[in-house]
Amino acid sequence: MRVQQIAVFLENKSGRLAEITSILAENGINIRALSVADTADFGILRLIVDKVDLAEQALRAGGFTVGKTNVIAVEVPDRTGGLASVLKSIKEASLNVEYMYAFVNKTGENAVLIFRFEEMDRAIETLLKDGFTILESQQIYNL
Amino acid sequence: MSTIYWEEEVETLPRAGLESIQLKRLQRLVARVYGKVAPYRQKMDAVGIKPQDIRCLADLSKLPFTVKEDLRANYPFGLFTVPLDEVVRVHASSGTTGKPTVVGYTKKDIDTWASLMARALACAGATSGDMVHNAYGYGLFTGGLGAHYGAEKLGATVIPVSGGNTKRQITIMKDFGSTVLLSTPSYALNLAETMDEMGIDPQELSLRVGIFGAEPWSENMREEVERKLNLKAVDIYGLSEVIGPGVAMECLQTTKGMHIFEDHFLPEIIDPATGEVLPPGQQGELVFTTLTKEAFPIIRYRTKDISSLCYDTCECGRTLVRMGKVTGRTDDMLIIRGVNVFPSQVEHVLVGIEGVEPHYQIVVEREGSMDTMTVEVEISDRIFSDEVKQIEQLTHRITADIKDILGVTCRVKLVNPRAIQRSEGKAQRVIDKRKI
Repeated sequence: MRVQQIAVFLENKSGRLAEITSILAENGINIRALSVADTADFGILRLIVDKVDLAEQALRAGGFTVGKTNVIAVEVPDRTGGLASVLKSIKEASLNVEYMYAFVNKTGENAVLIFRFEEMDRAIETLLKDGFTILESQQIYNL
Repeated sequence: MSTIYWEEEVETLPRAGLESIQLKRLQRLVARVYGKVAPYRQKMDAVGIKPQDIRCLADLSKLPFTVKEDLRANYPFGLFTVPLDEVVRVHASSGTTGKPTVVGYTKKDIDTWASLMARALACAGATSGDMVHNAYGYGLFTGGLGAHYGAEKLGATVIPVSGGNTKRQITIMKDFGSTVLLSTPSYALNLAETMDEMGIDPQELSLRVGIFGAEPWSENMREEVERKLNLKAVDIYGLSEVIGPGVAMECLQTTKGMHIFEDHFLPEIIDPATGEVLPPGQQGELVFTTLTKEAFPIIRYRTKDISSLCYDTCECGRTLVRMGKVTGRTDDMLIIRGVNVFPSQVEHVLVGIEGVEPHYQIVVEREGSMDTMTVEVEISDRIFSDEVKQIEQLTHRITADIKDILGVTCRVKLVNPRAIQRSEGKAQRVIDKRKI
């Protein structure tokens, strides 16, 4: 039910993102989804990749600070109101979203929402109860 | 813990006895320098002082100061008091801020220096049974050879590894069973970090004590180095103009200041602005007069190091005065918007925050008429979070702690691991980009 996400510290300096993506490319790692949280002083790059451990090692060897966290991936039909229905369920359960980002599946039929919650267990429970599809990690890595 | 002495009689001499030795040596020194070195004679004549005016130790304050510029003005050998054929060795500073300062030693000076360094090693509990890993740079810098001769005099086994080639140093430490490490404190951290990368636990090594000097370092840094290298860290003090390492040394018993080897070096603390001699306990600039050196004696040399003197009796039994840890240098002191800031104060704050790496750099700039201080800190896995708010909390905490202790608001910039250059000798902590 949980997907491993890699977070990389981005020093506020030009070329950092390019450096990270070329390290991933050189190691044959495919990016499934990404998001960048940026502040005036630094950024955090969050990545879902197909080979998590290899990506972690390669980036660390490249001199980056890397962290691993668990997130959940919720699949919804790619149509109006898809995200709204998930957020409604979250709101009703008074769950706190730390952050989220989304991408559209290759087929174009479904959207995948990546969530990080303060209370991960309760979030999974709530979403399943309300009938949403939570993807297994292998499903995401092999999309 | 029993105390080990190298020259017990003089190290534990009652003050009256010590002062009588000092006065005799001082009078002889002033007479010799006045007779042999024109620049000293001219400076003394200018203030109307003759060697016979030195009747008690307090008369020392009548003599003019010597500053680094005097050494440069008489570059290279102008302040030597013996002909060059009696000089067996010279050392020099790097000269990064101008002409290098050159110092010389007679055969007897080298022997004195080795004895002082042996005393220093004994203060740290070292004996002839130790394996001394000397990572101070060999060459014109006094650290390497100074420590080397002292360790040999003590009868210890010396590994003259010098600086650099860090991985090889660690392998040697492990294979040879190094027990005593000599290096700069910043290089000690570099060693700890490299051990970590190599997957070597310091517990596997035989290191017992580290003797760290050549740059100011904080108490928090001491704890950090002790924890990371699994040894006891003690402070050593010296400078080439006075003799090199072994001017003063902390003992294992208290680690609250370094015993100055007063039978050879007469210390004073002065107000750096007025030159006035300050009473014991007060912070100020450290000034030294050498009492026994032959080739290159020096009178009232202003070290630019900020310290204080404490004459209380030490638990180790040594009666020699102690100087406090050097908190900064007058030439390292930053004035940020009118506030005096020493890099070691910033270090003290950073190393005190759990998880923060002791690798840092201070960048000072001027925006318009306003000074800005940016503290660059390396981010480690231990403090990294994928949540913005947690990293922001950390940077706010650093800013607040620095503001609390220094009274200056700084900007904290987190940088990637190893983004700050590692030193193999003295660390460069400050980049001052202000054009004034």
